Amino acid sequence: MIWSLDFVLLVLSVVCAVAAVQVRDLLASVVLLAAFSLFMCLLWTEMGAVDVAFTEAAVGAGVTTVFFVITVFKTDRVSRD
Amino acid sequence: MTLPPEQPPDVIIKVVCRSLVPFIQLFGLYVVMHGHSSPGGGFQGGVILAASFVLLVLAEDRATLRHHIPPAALNASTSAGVLLFAGLGVVCLALGANYLDYGPLPFAEPRSIGMLVIEIGVGITVMAAMLSIFRDLLEF
Amino acid sequence: MKLLHLVATTVTGLLLIMGSLDLAETGDPAAPAATHVSPRYIESSLEETGVENMVTAVLADYRGFDTLGEVTVIFTGAIAVLLILRTGLKEDEE
Repeated sequence: MIWSLDFVLLVLSVVCAVAAVQVRDLLASVVLLAAFSLFMCLLWTEMGAVDVAFTEAAVGAGVTTVFFVITVFKTDRVSRD
Repeated sequence: MTLPPEQPPDVIIKVVCRSLVPFIQLFGLYVVMHGHSSPGGGFQGGVILAASFVLLVLAEDRATLRHHIPPAALNASTSAGVLLFAGLGVVCLALGANYLDYGPLPFAEPRSIGMLVIEIGVGITVMAAMLSIFRDLLEF
Repeated sequence: MKLLHLVATTVTGLLLIMGSLDLAETGDPAAPAATHVSPRYIESSLEETGVENMVTAVLADYRGFDTLGEVTVIFTGAIAVLLILRTGLKEDEE
């Protein structure tokens, strides 16, 4: 456990999560969610859970992003709430 | 907002993605087969394999998807993976052990081989399920 | 309405933080999770399963039934998406 690295990664992931909720452009929200997944993946790796990090990188940053992008293109790009 | 109209993909994108895909697939197979000795396993490897096909479809046009990945094959392999997993359990039952207890399988290292078989089953199911969802979303 | 949401989120968050205070330290060797099941896996999973990766040994052998359930969930999810999206496709064509 490296305290400072942990702290930076946690702060970045919280920033990404809040920004993903707040942003109005849904495509930007999807990209921020992928960035959140990346930071979570780095956190898992740092904590020694390599299998979970692997899954997070493959599913969270890879396939889910593609699904979300297709869904955004099929529906509407601007959030209404 | 709708999907952009189909235009012929740029030749650079096409060539780069086409040459990347085999390496991604090789890595996916490695992750599935080396689940016992290194991080990874059926789930992660299946997702990587599915991502390689997604990259191929994104680089080519959508006719490639229909041509290379017929929906019947996707449905069949989604079920086949689960069937392989559950079937191995039934084989264990038939050999006189508990369900999914790989001890009496007729191999040199029965537990290792049993785990490899179920990892392959998981990999097939995850890959086909992800591709099937991707295809349904794209064709909807 | 927004105030209500804020209050609900804050109360839930505070409760979760209060709950997490009772959790053991990360990597604490005296934690209950590290004193009951983990030593058994660490000591004998290589002999019992013949697999180097302990995570895979637990996921695929000791808890194989769990993994079967996980795969069934993915299978069911794919079938649900198929049912919802392909049905809409047919109605559009008609």
